[in-house]
Amino acid sequence: MAELRALVAVKRVIDFAVKIRVKPDKTGVVTDGVKHSMNPFCEIAVEEAVRLKEKKLVKEVVAVSCGPTQCQETIRTALAMGADRGIHVEVPAAEADRLGPLQVARVLAKLAEKEKVDLVLLGKQAIDDDCNQTGQMTAGLLDWPQGTFASQLTVEGDKLKVEREIDGGLETLRLKLPAVVTTDLRLNEPRYATLPNIMKAKKKKIEVIKAGDLGVDLTSKISVVSVEDPPQRTAGVKVETTEDLVAKLKEIGRI
Amino acid sequence: MLPWRVSRWAMQLSLQVACPPGALVAGKSGAGARSPSMLVPWPPSLRGSSSLPTGAPEVALTAERYPVQRLPFSEVTEEDLAAFEHMLPGRVITDPEVLAAVNVDWLRSVRGCSRVLLRPRTTEEVSRILRHCHQRNLAVSPQGGNTGMVGGSVPVFDEIILSTALMNRILSFHDVSGTLVCQAGCVLEQLGRHVEERGFIMPLDLGAKGSCHIGGNVATNAGGLRFLRYGSLRGTVLGLEVVLADGSVLSGLSSLRKDNTGYDLKQLFIGSEGTLGVVTAVSIACVPRPQAVNVAFLGLMPGHAGCPGFQEVLQTFRFCKAQLGEILSAFEFLDAECMQLVGRHLGLSCPVRGSPFYVLVETAGSSVAHDSEKLTAFLEQALSSGLLTDGTVATEQRRVQALWALRERITEALSRDGYVYKYDLSLPLEQLYHLVPDLRARLGPRARHVVGYGHLGDGNLHLNVTAEAYSAELCAALEPYVYEWTAARRGSVSAEHGLGFRKKDVIGYSKPPAALELMRQLKGLLDPKGILNPYKTLPTRA
Repeated sequence: MAELRALVAVKRVIDFAVKIRVKPDKTGVVTDGVKHSMNPFCEIAVEEAVRLKEKKLVKEVVAVSCGPTQCQETIRTALAMGADRGIHVEVPAAEADRLGPLQVARVLAKLAEKEKVDLVLLGKQAIDDDCNQTGQMTAGLLDWPQGTFASQLTVEGDKLKVEREIDGGLETLRLKLPAVVTTDLRLNEPRYATLPNIMKAKKKKIEVIKAGDLGVDLTSKISVVSVEDPPQRTAGVKVETTEDLVAKLKEIGRI
Repeated sequence: MLPWRVSRWAMQLSLQVACPPGALVAGKSGAGARSPSMLVPWPPSLRGSSSLPTGAPEVALTAERYPVQRLPFSEVTEEDLAAFEHMLPGRVITDPEVLAAVNVDWLRSVRGCSRVLLRPRTTEEVSRILRHCHQRNLAVSPQGGNTGMVGGSVPVFDEIILSTALMNRILSFHDVSGTLVCQAGCVLEQLGRHVEERGFIMPLDLGAKGSCHIGGNVATNAGGLRFLRYGSLRGTVLGLEVVLADGSVLSGLSSLRKDNTGYDLKQLFIGSEGTLGVVTAVSIACVPRPQAVNVAFLGLMPGHAGCPGFQEVLQTFRFCKAQLGEILSAFEFLDAECMQLVGRHLGLSCPVRGSPFYVLVETAGSSVAHDSEKLTAFLEQALSSGLLTDGTVATEQRRVQALWALRERITEALSRDGYVYKYDLSLPLEQLYHLVPDLRARLGPRARHVVGYGHLGDGNLHLNVTAEAYSAELCAALEPYVYEWTAARRGSVSAEHGLGFRKKDVIGYSKPPAALELMRQLKGLLDPKGILNPYKTLPTRA
């Protein structure tokens, strides 16, 4: 009989379908007025948590997000998918730009202890920075076992069987709870939030706290020097014969 | 853009070349081939081609399948080809492989045997071409994206194909008024992207946007998914540049919103399907890009009387209009069979519980908070009045696109189900769907599926019947029954697809003889030799 409690971290990112534009001053990308949504891997994490709850393996799913006020929309989406309540760690917009994996990991570690959860679920990486570090750092700070790139998750009593996608194929680990799991693409297909749940979600609680309340220091030792577009690809050159190819390669000093 | 698309079609057709009228064509007619690749996005886009289906049935020559007689136009000679080559160096195509593709429509229902494809770049070139053809009495078939539904975009016999594919320059965009001026061969989706970057959107949108040309949209008065909100091209087109049958250029490319000086000639060419002139440039009023777009996908409760569930669709529409008001931008419906087909052929999963009808509601406005509030009010009302079984809402672009795909890709799913008989009808709202169960009963097991979906907000039903292959017997059971049914209710037998070749003889079901007579007179005035897109739109005079 599991009385497991799960903490799911979700990140608000620029929507995957939007065309990214770099700010003229090269300090970052344009985010004003641009469509944002929940990071796709975080959706998979929420979906997995909700499925575990539906299987009665998890008692409560808490969704958490760090950032400015708009993060609450992302938490609401998690609530509409089935999370029970939300925590918004409020970080003003200016500071939020400098939130990196280490800072978020510190927050999540503190929250995991405070909320006494058994399982922390995250997406493997965010599609804006592709860091793929937050889950691992969280586990490190908590000194908990981690199962990253999970493509299958099974609860076995007080242990967690995690099948991981690795370069060589699939690796299966057994972790003692409490543990941190980061989700990969093939773990599940996130559900569409249905109307009754969307309506219910409006009434679910979102607690707003500050990083300072948790005793977490958000200073970063990393500063972004510049953000630039990748260089434009120049057109290729077509040649008719192998002789031409060899001549051209010689011409550009490749052979 | 053109070469890869041509090669994809060329792979799917056996290479039938210049066919003299009267030649026998082997193989079954009709487009029954089920493409093995499930991942081809609609419309055939730049991402990869589907694998070659072995032994894809050929499309029968129009000249063979339908009772048409070639009119006494001249035939293309070497001198003509030399003249064209002089006008458009390197852009006179006679390669049989290329011609094989452009002679067939997207639905693979008609096939011509043209031997010449011309690709002009400028209005001047189009003018020279038409002047020559007029003098020589050569028939011409203008072709844009070749995505039309009524076989109007390909030759019937050996008409010269005049393609707008290389006339794809955007001439100007004014970012205060939103006026876009461009050549007729610009692809709608690309125009959309261009104006979206500047804070606007095109006033029309259709499933074929990845391939259709704006010139073709104008020539067919395309409707589409935004019609409910932004109206018809007859309102949003500000000006046209048209080349007439004798090569003279009618330059009406205005950007004025209001101009009541004389008769509005552009209205003649909008929807004329290439039979009164060739559109070479378009000036169109784009609309500000909405900041907030929401899509709700709803499953409707099965009802009791009459058409189970359809009354619920109409009631939902009424609530929508009342609660959403000016932010409503689309109201589409589809039946359970459509959902099954997109699931089976395209692998798209239904986001809500199974229901007899599904409705897609889109809102678009300038304020996220304002629109969310209205949408929530509407959804709460619909839920509490027991109209809905289930529903979901999306604001993220990815989810919005996924929900729209369920509606936009029905055509694609149908074409993979077998041969498709398509009907596009305008009917009174209360009876919009009744024809579907009526036909199901009438056709019985002869048909694989009979489905209904469409722009409910515009009173436009897309009725489709799929079968294993084309059959004259099934066709006879459908026509003229469908047309008579529609005419009896004073509907339109072609709401937005036009008449083209396949429906040229049914105009009588929706227009009185006097109207047809006046149309003939106009055609005679603007194209006395009848060289522009012959055998189409108006019935052949007996």
